[in-house]
Amino acid sequence: MTRLLTPWETGLLAVFLATLALNTAFAPEFLTVQNQINLFQLSIEKIIVALIMTLVIINAEIDLSVASIMGLSAALFGYLVNAGTPGGLAILICLAAGLVAGLVNATLIARVGIPSLVVTLAMLIGFRGLARVLVKDNSLGNFPAWFTDIGQKGLIGPIPLSIILFFVLLILLGMTLHRSSFGRQVIVIGTNAEVARFSGLNVARVKTILFLLSALVSALCGLLYAARLGSVRGDTAFGFELDIITMVLLGGVSIFGGKGSMVGVFLSILIILNLRNGMGLMNITGHMQTGVIGILLIASVLLPNLLGDFKARRRKDA
Amino acid sequence: MTGLLTRASPQTLRLLALGLALLATVLFFATQIEGYLSPRMFTRISTSAAVVLPIAVGQAIVIMTRNIDLSAGSILGVTAYMTGQLLGTMPDLHPVLAVLFCMALGGAFGMLNGIIIAFGRVPSIIVTLGTLALYRSFLVEWSDAKTITTASLPGWLVDLPSANAFSLGGLDVRVTVLLALAAALVTGLALTFFRPARRFYAVGSNPDAAVMAGINAKRVVLSAFIISGAFAGLSGFLFLAKFGNITVVAGLGFELKSIAAVVVGGVSIMGGSGSMIGVLMGALLVDTIDNSLTRWAVVSEFWRDALLGGLIMAAVTLDTLASRQLTRLRKGGQK
Repeated sequence: MTRLLTPWETGLLAVFLATLALNTAFAPEFLTVQNQINLFQLSIEKIIVALIMTLVIINAEIDLSVASIMGLSAALFGYLVNAGTPGGLAILICLAAGLVAGLVNATLIARVGIPSLVVTLAMLIGFRGLARVLVKDNSLGNFPAWFTDIGQKGLIGPIPLSIILFFVLLILLGMTLHRSSFGRQVIVIGTNAEVARFSGLNVARVKTILFLLSALVSALCGLLYAARLGSVRGDTAFGFELDIITMVLLGGVSIFGGKGSMVGVFLSILIILNLRNGMGLMNITGHMQTGVIGILLIASVLLPNLLGDFKARRRKDA
Repeated sequence: MTGLLTRASPQTLRLLALGLALLATVLFFATQIEGYLSPRMFTRISTSAAVVLPIAVGQAIVIMTRNIDLSAGSILGVTAYMTGQLLGTMPDLHPVLAVLFCMALGGAFGMLNGIIIAFGRVPSIIVTLGTLALYRSFLVEWSDAKTITTASLPGWLVDLPSANAFSLGGLDVRVTVLLALAAALVTGLALTFFRPARRFYAVGSNPDAAVMAGINAKRVVLSAFIISGAFAGLSGFLFLAKFGNITVVAGLGFELKSIAAVVVGGVSIMGGSGSMIGVLMGALLVDTIDNSLTRWAVVSEFWRDALLGGLIMAAVTLDTLASRQLTRLRKGGQK
């Protein structure tokens, strides 16, 4: 706690400032309020899920099913609204469905004891399949105007609800992780679940809460995404898990659990948003952007490893 | 009954259960779909499973070493596309060389994965999640939005899917099916009788012990990923032969299908155990359900993925609970 930022976070800050400088130099319209809002808005659902994913990965688990739960919740909303259900009730049903999905994940992981990688991989297929069952090959729209307004219009001035929600959750989950006893439990279990169990921590309870939260937030973000786009399809939010996990890992969170901070993840979110925005302004296609994110993901773990090897070798020589 | 349960090896019980599940599935659909037990349906399912089998065999070896290859579907897509392109410009290329090209290309992609995982010490899930995206974007750029069409492919390749190896009691076994079966058989025999191949089990069941026993674990993991890439390449070849038209989305989702076949086939996701007979039966079960659902009038075909996810989950849950119960029974027996 003596240092404000870890070396990794300092590095992230430097990369972020560099991207910012480059973007500003190449595109004069970059620093306008509207572009900044757009920049957040374009990936807002992913970055909100990344916040809760941070806690899941620090807990030494992984949730690959988030994007499918987003898709399922969005598809369910489209299905219900087009079947004549009032929008408000439909939202509640979608969030409840998210909780049920989370309960399935949590039970199999925390109670039955199957690795989260396997459970959520199967659910990635299964929940996406249910979304397809609901909307088939169609694109469902006809949402109430107030619903699409939530996604597309500003709530306070030009700032929409989703961006406010992001910052509220950032602070809330950041405080939970770093300043609460629950957060300490998440980290201790992530460091060594066996030791945590013998120390009397209720490991299953903590994991259950995390997977329930992860699914609930994903379902909520699926709704936000549907509101922003104004329609849903079977492949809504398909493949988002890759971006989300990249944001978390690039933020310095260890895939083995126990290590990571919300500040790091926030910085990595800023870098990825700016990078995508910058590449977009330079007319680089979405597919290429995804490729670059893929490289970034690997590099974020590979480089520290290689750097460590290099340092160790120099120490040996000295 | 308890005596039988404790005496038979878990692996044997697993295969037995899988065989029963397969039989039950076939019998169930036979009562539901008219003309289900026909040579046509056999050909349909066997040729479809043949595309999945090699990639699942490669995936199984990777999973045995406690790793995972999420990029296999992208490798399949790239190899199918590039081989189609190659055969378009060099139609006289010998078929054997075309297959070897596919496997070498896939192996090269797998090697890149393996090097970063084994020597860069980056977890396989991160590396292959990254290369899943990377290889796919490479394909999108490389293809320049052009599609490989059947018309551009040499005649032998277009005829290959309908070419018969032999007939067995009215059932036609296609050449492609034989090729896939041969791949699984050779791998299965190697894993049982070939000493270096046993190292995949050793590294997977206890990496530290394997290293202490003098096994070069890094090299074993690297070879697992090269093999997985090469087999994804072989699946790419069969995919190209079966469909003829290859777009940039070719093989999308095959990484999940291969993992499904492997996990349903009883290969432990914790590494160190699994058999090729299991993988073969897993691939058959997954594909039988997949192909039968499209013909089943009661349920719309959109249920395929939902049921596939549920099937994987059911297989893994049953396996976990059953093996825990077995361990308990054994311990009880010793007292």
